[in-house]
Amino acid sequence: MSPQPTSDTAKGPDDAAESQATLSKEIADIESAYTEDVDGGKKPETQPRLDYRPYRSSILRHPTKDPRHADPETIELFSPAFGHRDIGTLESDLTIQADGEPIGERIRVTGRVLDGQGRPVRNQLVEIWQANSAGRYIHKRDQHPAPIDPNFTGVGRTLTGDDGSYSFTTIKPGPYPWKNHHNAWRPAHIHFSLFGSEFTQRMITQMYFPGDPLFALDPIYQSITDRSARDRLVATYDHDITEHEFLMGYRWDIVLTGADRTWMEEEDDD
Amino acid sequence: MTDHTATPDLTPTPGQTVGPFYGYALPYDHDSELVPPGSARAVQLTGVVYDGAGVPVPDAILEIWQPDENGVVPRETGSLRRNGFTFTGFGRAAVDPEGVFSFSTVDPGPTEADKAPFISVVVFARGLLNRLFTRIYLPEHTEALAADPFLSSLDEAERNRLIATRGADGSLRFDIRLQGEEETPFLRFPGHED
Repeated sequence: MSPQPTSDTAKGPDDAAESQATLSKEIADIESAYTEDVDGGKKPETQPRLDYRPYRSSILRHPTKDPRHADPETIELFSPAFGHRDIGTLESDLTIQADGEPIGERIRVTGRVLDGQGRPVRNQLVEIWQANSAGRYIHKRDQHPAPIDPNFTGVGRTLTGDDGSYSFTTIKPGPYPWKNHHNAWRPAHIHFSLFGSEFTQRMITQMYFPGDPLFALDPIYQSITDRSARDRLVATYDHDITEHEFLMGYRWDIVLTGADRTWMEEEDDD
Repeated sequence: MTDHTATPDLTPTPGQTVGPFYGYALPYDHDSELVPPGSARAVQLTGVVYDGAGVPVPDAILEIWQPDENGVVPRETGSLRRNGFTFTGFGRAAVDPEGVFSFSTVDPGPTEADKAPFISVVVFARGLLNRLFTRIYLPEHTEALAADPFLSSLDEAERNRLIATRGADGSLRFDIRLQGEEETPFLRFPGHED
């Protein structure tokens, strides 16, 4: 059993008693301390903090010791290979998985997956999942009393092209309420799961939509304390992707960490 | 409008938590079965994911990636639609409500002579804001483990936490502790900033 919550220990994920004002103050205090550090010469952060108290579920789930430096060894310098036998060609269109049309704003999200040297990540798996337009996930643990859309599961998969590009046709997800604190709402987002050419590049993240009024209030988004780093999770509206009388277009490029093996191979072999 | 001629920003995109609702998206049929369970070569790899209070984490999802028994790095596709014969080296397992994960796999072989073989692991969970990497070494390779430069950089207790224990039935046991005295050593690779 977990210890009883005290003022110093985590409250359970269903204990949604704290106010947004309490959370917002914690978020603001962490950000202003961070800004002072950067002004004082500290290197800007580019990733979320694992230890980020405003996201209450992180309190008991973040490592407290520094990660150990490891040079990647052979297996880590490769990634699992995925191919067209793994994925159906229609899996990148989330609007045609059922007999009828899902309800909501039809969108396309497209972009490129690059490594840290700017090279395209080719023929790699991209997986997404998301809430429907009413902010409801098809998941038994989602108890949000918003309608399930019988024509929308919110799951998609694709392989990147030779230029690292991916494209999903889907429905714009709605914001959804959660139990981090009282009246907590997540900004609309799409979960993205990405592989690189090396297993050390494996990552999962969330893509957001421009101008969301919930950004400032959301502890998960704000766990990236650096504003320009946070901005990298926000797609750009792109009218060149928007299709006449059909859908709205968003562009979002993803950069994985550097790749060591391909760099050496290209120098040695290619 | 996006300016496609601009120099791209090559700072790595931040990670975010996998959240609570991956359950209908990431798992797939036979995801944790790198080889069919019960087949002659199958080894069970199992353990529990714990939080800092020692409570099992019921909403974590793990992936493993490894060479085959001979140390060959698999290059075959087919992890998402397994045919039961091709060893792709990749598996994914969501934990059960008691925090238990289980893979059916093989013992990895050394990719180079005298190197200690290991299974590469990545951990995702609700409440965990970015993925964590670690390694599962096998208990049998005593000399290679003793000579391994990475393991030698750890103190003995930490080192032992990266070595699985072997059950009488041949299974491998490896628990993951996200936080606390017995915290699993997690890895930072060059170029990673978290």
